Amino acid sequence: MSNSIIKVEGLHKSYRMGTSALHVLKGIDLDIKAGEMVSIMGSSGSGKSTLLNILGILDGHDRGDYFLDNIKIQKMNETQAARFRNNYIGFIFQSFNLISFKNAMENVALPLYYKNISRKKRNQKALEYLERLGLKEWANHLPSELSGGQKQRIAIARALISEPKVILADEPTGALDTQTSYEVMDILQEVNKMGITVIIVTHEDDIAHRTQRIIRLRDGIIEMNKKNGHFQAAASSEVFSTT
Amino acid sequence: MFDLDRWQEIFNAIKQNKFRSILTAFGVFWAIFMLVVMTGSGNGLINGVTHGFKDFATNSAFMWANRTTVAYQGYDRGRQWNLTNADMQTITEEVPEIDVLSPRLQGWNLREGQNVVRGERAAAFNVMGDYPQYRKIDPCTMPWGRYINKEDIDLKRKVCIIGEKVYEVMFDEGEDPVGINIRINGVYFMVVGVFKSNNPNINIGSNKKETIYLPFTTMQQSFNYGDQVHFFGFTAKPGVNVQGLVDRIKPIVRKQHKISPEDEEAIGGFNVQSELQTMEYTFLGINILIWVVGIGTLIAGAVGVSNIMLVVVKERTKEIGIQRAIGARPALIVGQILTESVFLTTVAGFLGLAMGTLVLHLTDMAITAAQAQAPPDEMTFFMNPEVGLPLAISALIMLILVGLFAGFIPAMKAVKIKPIEALHHE
Repeated sequence: MSNSIIKVEGLHKSYRMGTSALHVLKGIDLDIKAGEMVSIMGSSGSGKSTLLNILGILDGHDRGDYFLDNIKIQKMNETQAARFRNNYIGFIFQSFNLISFKNAMENVALPLYYKNISRKKRNQKALEYLERLGLKEWANHLPSELSGGQKQRIAIARALISEPKVILADEPTGALDTQTSYEVMDILQEVNKMGITVIIVTHEDDIAHRTQRIIRLRDGIIEMNKKNGHFQAAASSEVFSTT
Repeated sequence: MFDLDRWQEIFNAIKQNKFRSILTAFGVFWAIFMLVVMTGSGNGLINGVTHGFKDFATNSAFMWANRTTVAYQGYDRGRQWNLTNADMQTITEEVPEIDVLSPRLQGWNLREGQNVVRGERAAAFNVMGDYPQYRKIDPCTMPWGRYINKEDIDLKRKVCIIGEKVYEVMFDEGEDPVGINIRINGVYFMVVGVFKSNNPNINIGSNKKETIYLPFTTMQQSFNYGDQVHFFGFTAKPGVNVQGLVDRIKPIVRKQHKISPEDEEAIGGFNVQSELQTMEYTFLGINILIWVVGIGTLIAGAVGVSNIMLVVVKERTKEIGIQRAIGARPALIVGQILTESVFLTTVAGFLGLAMGTLVLHLTDMAITAAQAQAPPDEMTFFMNPEVGLPLAISALIMLILVGLFAGFIPAMKAVKIKPIEALHHE
């Protein structure tokens, strides 16, 4: 078998809008190798978020095939989908999406809770990840007490804790200033170096240029899919120390 | 079992919307409170009423003579007739299913002026003639002395037993009345006992507390009643229907006294068994009403909880979406919503149960205090309002069911939330 982590062939997706149907994805072919760092770009309405949702098994597709780690993803019930998400995919969102009444450590530990790992064990592991992201002293703070960059780092820790094969980041820097954006990108590159496939949806060129490959969507089809000529490696590896 | 994360979420949800949670819970609280108070009050009413005749023979009836209303065998309608000793004899012989038959005399004509005299003391009291077996129909306790016995009847002794009120008026407090002679309508009788009925709410012919019982035979002779019997009470043997006996006694009496078989009025009667049955149906009706109202209120409360849980689900759409995106199984979300709903209803319901019980307890105390001050011969129609353990247990089960029921629709709605929609939900 190939070492594709994500393989998509002839993917179609439409949304029903009242009586008319909105054809969002019109035949996507995509092959992402394990350990790649890829960005998906496109203007709003190009279908990039829809594609990410399908890749994240948050949404189903209408036609075509989707293989995640060589497993064909078909129509499945929510319990199965939840298990897949829990085991294979880590999500990072633009608006962080932390649970407001849980502190940083509990937020990071949450995916392990869904795996029925004991509270003590998962909190310990959450602390480890927080430490690696330099947020150990913030472990007992609520999200409302943290800055945007800190929140996104906690979200990254949460995405990593279940040791996923793929990180799906939906506009991870959309709510951050340039300086913090770059810090987050540094971390994501570090994560990628650990061998985790990272897929970033963004509309910022400078963010996209820090990935190995750029896929550009337009009106539901892939307009461009090429290696990034200006790929910049991580500026430093101080931010995320792989201990 | 105790899942800290689950409870953290529940408490957070309740804490963040204290006022709304309290208002919601109030619906359930009020339903249970009402149910408890109403059931308790219903029980209080039943206790109060049945206390007044708790010992009375429930399988008994009374019969007496009325004026005829149908002309028969040459007699005009409106004839006054009397039951006689011979009738009692015949009935006893012909209806063996009768357990106890007790003829009675009612001295209507004796209570005039101050008919009872002891030395300086004089008062007006009722006088009745009785057999010893009357005590089996209307049981009583004897604070002093003894009841009328067979010897009194056979020897036509001039003795009497007196009601509590008679004792109070004719004797000093604590004075032993046994052996003292009192004059009743000019004839001296020796007091041999004081009786205190166990069934103060049932008075047939006169208020028992203000009545003097003479031996039946003595009274017939002393006050010239001949062989008259004014009325009689009887009890049926176990398993025998009282009304059936009444229907068999009537023809016997009609035949003896030449009363038309069509004359339903000539023989008066009071069937304790059927009266009690009517009362039981009334109580049953009250109970059904209480439960209908109580459960109706509870359903209204449950709808309230359900409604608010729907709002909670809607508010937490995004949160649920996040949890789903990072791997929460639908069953977990359902469990979450159901737990919250059951928790809310159970806590509210238990407060209602506790509050209702407290109110009943206070009422009970107030009633007991009021009764202590009320005049002793006042009748009681309400006492010991209470709810039993079965009600508490069934309330608990009901609350959990109501909670599940109330949480079900919101939980289903929560499961239907697609993570993707939730994440776009602002």
